[in-house]
Amino acid sequence: MCSRNHWLRLAAMTAGLILVFAAFPGDQTAYGQDEIRIGNTNPYSGPASSYGTIGRAIGFYFNKVNDEGGINGRKINYISYDDGYSPPRTVEQIRKLVEQDRVHLLFQTLGTPTNSAIHKYVNKKKIPHLFVATGATKWGNPKEYPWTMGWQPNYQTVSKIFAQYVIENVPGARIGILYQNDDYGKDYLYGFKAGLAEGIERAGLTGDQAPRIVMEQSYEVTDPTIDSQIINLKTSGANVFFNISIPKFAAQAIKRIKAIGWDPLHIINDVSTSIDAVLRPAGLENAIGLISAQYIKDPASPEWADDPGMIDFLKFMDKYVPAESRNPAFTVYAYSVSQTLVYVLERCGDDLSRENIMRQAANIRNLELPMLLPGIKINTGPDDFYPIEQMQMQRFDGEKWVRFGDLLSAG
Amino acid sequence: MESFLQQVVSGLATGGIYAALALALVMIYHSTNHLNFAQGEMAMFSTYISWSLINAGVPYWIAFFATLVIAFAGGVVIERLIIRWVEDAPVLTVVIVFIGLLMIFNSVAGWIYSYDIKVFPSPFPDQPIQIGTLYLGPHDVGAIAVTLIVLAILFLFFRYTSLGLAMRAAAENPESSRLVGIRVGRMLGMGWGLAALIGAVAGMMVAPIVFLDPNMMAGILIYAFAGAMFGGISSPGGAVFGGFFLGVTENLAGSYIPFIGNELKLSVALVIIVVVLLVRPSGIFGKVTVSRV
Repeated sequence: MCSRNHWLRLAAMTAGLILVFAAFPGDQTAYGQDEIRIGNTNPYSGPASSYGTIGRAIGFYFNKVNDEGGINGRKINYISYDDGYSPPRTVEQIRKLVEQDRVHLLFQTLGTPTNSAIHKYVNKKKIPHLFVATGATKWGNPKEYPWTMGWQPNYQTVSKIFAQYVIENVPGARIGILYQNDDYGKDYLYGFKAGLAEGIERAGLTGDQAPRIVMEQSYEVTDPTIDSQIINLKTSGANVFFNISIPKFAAQAIKRIKAIGWDPLHIINDVSTSIDAVLRPAGLENAIGLISAQYIKDPASPEWADDPGMIDFLKFMDKYVPAESRNPAFTVYAYSVSQTLVYVLERCGDDLSRENIMRQAANIRNLELPMLLPGIKINTGPDDFYPIEQMQMQRFDGEKWVRFGDLLSAG
Repeated sequence: MESFLQQVVSGLATGGIYAALALALVMIYHSTNHLNFAQGEMAMFSTYISWSLINAGVPYWIAFFATLVIAFAGGVVIERLIIRWVEDAPVLTVVIVFIGLLMIFNSVAGWIYSYDIKVFPSPFPDQPIQIGTLYLGPHDVGAIAVTLIVLAILFLFFRYTSLGLAMRAAAENPESSRLVGIRVGRMLGMGWGLAALIGAVAGMMVAPIVFLDPNMMAGILIYAFAGAMFGGISSPGGAVFGGFFLGVTENLAGSYIPFIGNELKLSVALVIIVVVLLVRPSGIFGKVTVSRV
């Protein structure tokens, strides 16, 4: 009997204790003053797991920052969970990061569907949701979602740059478009049409001088091939082909176009410019003449061999990135976006409140980073949640991408 | 007209892909009366094995036939180790085991080989053949020929060999077969082995067109099912016809019927499955099955 009473009392006390703690939710963040907790989700498993390289590389960069003394004397504690690119799991992991791990902020959560699933939640909870790893345009909407911000040039900006290129270089272009039938493809398509209309009006082009879209063809991610679409686009008489597709279909298209004897000016979206993942499978000789746009320095390109930024980057790769995780393109991306966050956190000083983190993130002025193309400046403001908005055109010469022209931005 | 012909040709090429996998589905159905949902993933995995061999420097045709042997053995092992335990289980159990296999193969392939696309070589020449304004891919033509050859071999095997006859008997009436001395278990294992082998052929013919990645077969499997259902799940020739028919229909409907367009191409396949099941469950060339109750 005695022992049963004892247990009951213990249980009651425990319950009381839990209630006491539960009464102080929200702001009473449990983190210590000597560290900055940064939460992240990435696909370390599942179909999108090649992107997991980004999540890991960010961790390696923060190790470097910590080795060099941290940020204003505080160490970074980077907590990154696997969501397998599955939105329900993202929700679960983000709740854990926010409610149990009590992170200061979320950083570089990866994927459009995954971030869409947590968009409302993080804004309701007022957690800084910074520099998300997706190019969708909707992350730059401070009026409705003041806690979420993108980083890379968004899909609409990119496709407006392409539209401008066509207007200036191919008078009277007849444009055929292939796009993936989902948010990503439609975001690009919308931006391209808007850019085309604006550009034509600005240049005052009329009649035969004005480029026009002669055909749009969509595909589903489940389609085995896009041969049928390519044939239709060829038949439409288009002389410019704007290709909005993910690596697998981009590679198919590059190969198929040559196989059916079509020779348009081929503009490929920046999602599928990887030489190893797209152009090599498609056949490098088929890829000669492809046009795209870029904003970071390509470690494979010889032009940066003596560039101090590149030398520092390669040193970082040698010292912190294990050989099996070395994907140069993804690592440059992770390196640069992490530097942007470190810059923001340094400017926060000792005030690491979530409001201040967000205020500093929305107050970046002309930040230049060592691995972005020379001249690209990161700017944000209370109404401008699009950090990078400049790119440079590039053409594939059969071995490497060669940049040409000035930096472009979608004004 | 020129583009119409090109669409038909390209439809036949994709149809050849569906036909090859449909043939593997029919094979399993023929020898075990099951529809194997993991068929596509098994084919994908065999293709990776072949890719590894070729990358290790093995000549194409040696790798090709080595893969067939490995796939056959793998199919037998899966049947003997896993499927035989659920042979008499309710249909739902079997379906769940198949889906489990599908996910295992998919994840293991991703784990070992990553999800990046890989180039798979074609044994056929690279330069397109041009007839007037029409372009034919040598690989497409070759793949269709290979599918038809496999079909012919299967036909001869089941029609004229005693092993083929024994396999058919074991599938259609296990008890009587056992009574006349056919080792039914072994025949079922053989059926799985053969299906895996045909799947491997399909995989190695598909991969040069769509590139090799762990999700390569996901979309194709649905079309292969539709093709097999349409032509008749019990008829190898019917399934091959169904595959080709679907490839061409899909292209023409997607290009020339504005209401369908590219968005509803997959739906065409699904509608075919449903209509066939409602109107003529045995398919166009299939045998109507009668079961005694």
